This record gives sequence, C-alpha cells and structure tokens, in this order.
Amino acid sequence: MNAMANTSSTASRLSATGTANALELRGVSKFFGALAAMQDITLTVKPGERRAVLGSNGAGKTTLFNCITGDFLPTSGVVRMFGEDVTKFPPHDRIRRGLRRTYQISLLFGGLTVIDNVYLACRGVSRNRFSMIRPGRLDALMHSASDLIDAVHLTDVRDTLVSALSYGQQRQLEIALALAGAPRFILFDEPAAGLSPTERRELIDILNNLPGHMGYIIIEHDMDVALRVAESVTMMHNGRIFKEGKPEEIEADPEVQELYLGGGFTHG
Amino acid sequence: MAVTEETGTTSIDGKPQSAWSGLSLGSIPTPYWIVGAVMLLMPALVGPFFLFQVFGWALILGMIALSLMFLGGYGGMVSLVQMSVAACAAYMLAIFGDSAITQISLGWPWWVAIPIALIIATGFGTLTGALAVRTEGIYTIMITLAIASAFFYFTRQNYVLFNGFSGFNGVKPPQLFGVDWRQPIPFYYLTLFWAAVAYLSVLYVSRAPFGLALQGVRDNARRMEALGYNVTAHRIAAYVFASFIAAVAGILLVWLNGQVSPGTAGIGPAIDILIIAVVGGLARPVGPFIGAIIYVLLRTFALDFMVSMGLSGERFQLLVGLVFLVIVFWSPDGILGLWERWRNRMNSTDPLTGEARNKDGGSEA
Repeated sequence: MNAMANTSSTASRLSATGTANALELRGVSKFFGALAAMQDITLTVKPGERRAVLGSNGAGKTTLFNCITGDFLPTSGVVRMFGEDVTKFPPHDRIRRGLRRTYQISLLFGGLTVIDNVYLACRGVSRNRFSMIRPGRLDALMHSASDLIDAVHLTDVRDTLVSALSYGQQRQLEIALALAGAPRFILFDEPAAGLSPTERRELIDILNNLPGHMGYIIIEHDMDVALRVAESVTMMHNGRIFKEGKPEEIEADPEVQELYLGGGFTHG
Repeated sequence: MAVTEETGTTSIDGKPQSAWSGLSLGSIPTPYWIVGAVMLLMPALVGPFFLFQVFGWALILGMIALSLMFLGGYGGMVSLVQMSVAACAAYMLAIFGDSAITQISLGWPWWVAIPIALIIATGFGTLTGALAVRTEGIYTIMITLAIASAFFYFTRQNYVLFNGFSGFNGVKPPQLFGVDWRQPIPFYYLTLFWAAVAYLSVLYVSRAPFGLALQGVRDNARRMEALGYNVTAHRIAAYVFASFIAAVAGILLVWLNGQVSPGTAGIGPAIDILIIAVVGGLARPVGPFIGAIIYVLLRTFALDFMVSMGLSGERFQLLVGLVFLVIVFWSPDGILGLWERWRNRMNSTDPLTGEARNKDGGSEA
C-alpha cells in the first residue's frame, strides 16, 4: 500500500477507478495543542457504501469530516480516496476528485440567489472556473443547476436571495450544493438537524434515491434517520472509534445503549 | 449604457429578473439612457474647465475607485494599493515614453510604452494581491497600505529611475489621428470611452462565472474550497483584473496632469480612493463614479465656497470631510444605498397582497 502511494498520481488514479476503497483512513489523529480531537482513526469505506457516524457531542465526528475534506490537515496518519493518497491535498483538489460535503451549520452564499449558488457548485467541479463569459440560457451547467434545484424542491425560490430563505430551505440547498457535478462520495454533516418531520421524510427520500454508486457518510444524531439511510454504522466516542457494525448490531449493543442512547432509546 | 445592472434578486414589481441575460438593449432602464445621452452631449452643456478638470478627473478617479469596488464589493478585499498601481502605470509611461526629464525617459513610441506600462503596473498590483490574499479584513487593508506607503517613499527617494521628489513632467498623450488629445473635448471623450469600457466590463464580469465565484469567495471562502474552487488563485485573479483597470486609469491620469510625482501615490490619495468608493457605494459598479464626481466637485469648489461664506479658504478640507461624514452617517452604504432605499419606498408592493403600497403610509419594510 505504501509503495502505491509513492507512485505517480496518474498511476494511482488509474487504480482508483478499479476496486480501491472509496475512502481509507489509517491511524489518522488530529490534535489541537494538547487536546486530542481525534485519535488513531482507521476506517475503510467501500465504493457505494452508505455509513452513519454516531457519537455524542465532542466525539470527533466533524473533525473526522474536516480531515477527510482537507479543511484540517491531520496531525498524523494517511487519508486515501479511491486509492490515491490525498493526505496533503487542499480541499478543492479532493472535491475535483469526486468528494463532496455538507456542513452542520449551513455555509451558503447569502448575497447570491439560489440558482447562482447551485450554478457555482456545478461550475466548481467543471472547467472554466475563471471564465469571463456570461453563461447563456442554453448553458449546460445552468440546466444541471436547475435540475438540482427541482430535485431538492426549491423550484419556487430559484431566484430568491439565499439570505431570505427559511432554515429548512437552506438545509435543502446545502444538499443541492453537495450533489452538483458527478459526486462519487459525499459527507453529510447532520443534514436533518432542525428539520420538521415532513422535511426529514423528504431528506430520507432524497438520500435513498441517490444513484447506487454514490457512497456517503452521514453524521446524524437522529437514530431514526441514521438507521434508515445507512447500511453500516461507526460509533465514535472521545475521538476514537468505539464500535463498528450493522445498524441492528449497533442498536442492540448494550455498551452503545449505555453510552449513547442512555438505555431509553426506542426505534420508531 | 449597454448592460442592465442586475442585482440578482427578484425585481420589485414581482417579475423574476432574468439574471442570465447577456447584452440586450431592450432591458436597459430609461435612467441609463438619459445618463448616457447626457454624458455624450456634455461638451455642448459645459465649458472646457468642467470637461477637463471636473469630468475628466472624476472619470479617472472613478475608474481607480471602480477597481477597488471590484475587489471590495465583489471580492470582500479592501485594497488601498489601487492608487499606487495607477501611479505605477503613470511612472512607467513617463519612464518608457516621453517626458521633459529626457535623461531618464527612454522616449519609446506610445504603442510600446503604453503596453509596457500597463503590464508592469498590473504585475505590481498582482504581486501585492498575491501577498495580501492570504489575509482577511483589516490585515488586507494593513498590508496594502504598507505596500502603498513603501511605493510612495521609494518613488520619493529613488532618483535614478523615479526622479525622486519632482517626478516627471511634460508627459503628453500622442497626437493620434491628427487630434490633440490633451484638448478638453478630445480628452473628455477619451476618458469617457475608457471609463465606460471599464464600467461595462466590471458589470459584465460580475455575472460571468469568474465574477460569481468571486462573490462566492466573499460570502464564504471555506465553502468555495469545498465546491472545488482554488480560493487563493481566484482572489489573485481578481487583483489582476482590478489592477489592469487601475493601470489604464493611471495612464489617463498622467495625461490629465501632464506630470506624475510621489504625491500622486501618497497615502492621502490612496485613502481618497477608498473614500470615493465608500461614499458612492461598494455594492454596484456605478457607485465609485458617483463618489468620484462628488469628491471632485467638493475638491474644486469647497475653497471658493468657504471664502464666499467669509471663512478662511485653507479650511476647505473641513467642508470636504463634513460632507463625507454626513453621507456616511446617513447612509453607511453610500449614495447608492440612499437611492436604493428611496426607490424601494416608491415602488414597493405589499408582501401579503402584492398590491402597490400607499406612498403615504405603510412604507416601512
């Protein structure tokens, strides 16, 4: 594996299209000063796999995401995406290789309209990011942007400034931005937080209707949502991986119930 | 003029605005036609002093402030180096082209000297940008201010290249097509042409992917990275574009004044550009030009006004400062902000019924 990381990036990218894991973390740690936000995480996600990450506040879930996307550089360890060592890559290079993410607190462009936000997302993973030519009405990316807006049910507010959207609409837009281009792997950071029950059902539908080759990791406090959209579960505690397994196993695990669910969890 | 200014919101009358239209003459609001016509017919309306010293100067300052507006309004980067970039272009034109300082000036023809001046000045602005873009907010201001003052002191102390304190005089525009471009009417049209080109290109680029992405970087740089954009490269590219506009303005400035000296690039003028942009409004490209005309009128007539009021003429800066204070106090987003609020009040519709609001009451947003 180490030998492969040392070969040229073209070679490793060729292998990426094959059977390589979508995501592979080996001994990844992140320290903020003396504080260990995340310690010795080793995690493998297969292409198309859908995984939930659970854990209490401060368990290191969002730090894990930030290390995968490159928002933080890990203190130690190796991050591989589709077989390629991306540990030192800046975020935009990882995004251009098919990674996407949403944020726990919406990070949107409030001064722009919904369509402009989604158009930027589509443009970001395509060519001509520096184009000085205005897109015409027939621009292909404008069409994909419009389709994405339809897909997340924001058609009515297409030309509204994002700062004027409701909270739920902003959460939906977050997801639209992550679906732009041709994502291969998506990180969802608490997409259901603050949503109404109806909006939650819509979210579950959107996630379950994603094409099969699109794997994702979802951080979700709501077990009900997490267990409906994930095939495997990783449980984090104090910056370490505590348990991994099928949703049923995790749910039934007495240690997990003791730690996270406080014993009072009922599956609805 | 030729492109409508799009705010990117649904328009007030309820029709969704065509945010993606390119150039279409039909969609230009009437006020733009009127302003355009007045600007074109200006030589018939005012005398040579106004054409040259007021409008010529205002259009040039407006262009430099426009380059700041592009960086500040769309990119969220307040750069105080734009005046230095313009002065750099002015110096380079004097050094490579003709001036009265023949022992330094190389006397190359204008079609060589101008491109070289533009390239060097744009390069200077880009280099400054490359240093400044890794910082945010007040630190960007400090770095660009430091570079602007370094440029000022360098030009004042260097005699080999920049001729120190006295700078260069006798820099004239070329006699092209048998026209003396330094005469008020030709010079007015020359500056009007380039100011219009700069204004329209900023307007156009603001809706092109490059400009949109820049606004994205302004709103949320981290998210732009997570959408696949190289934020640093994008910010530096914005400096290239803005510096080029400032450089073009610098060429016109040296022709207007006939000279360039360290005072052109001093801290005072650098701050003046910021004042012009803020007073006019940073939200749209027309703001800097409004700010520039106010600034030039004040600078030109404040002294006379003070004297006519029986006050000491040297205190004209006091009046200039007071007017700017009043504008910024009443409207933090400049004259543009005042205009926009007034227009909204005139045209606003009730958000519940969709009916036009009574102009007398219920106009609170």
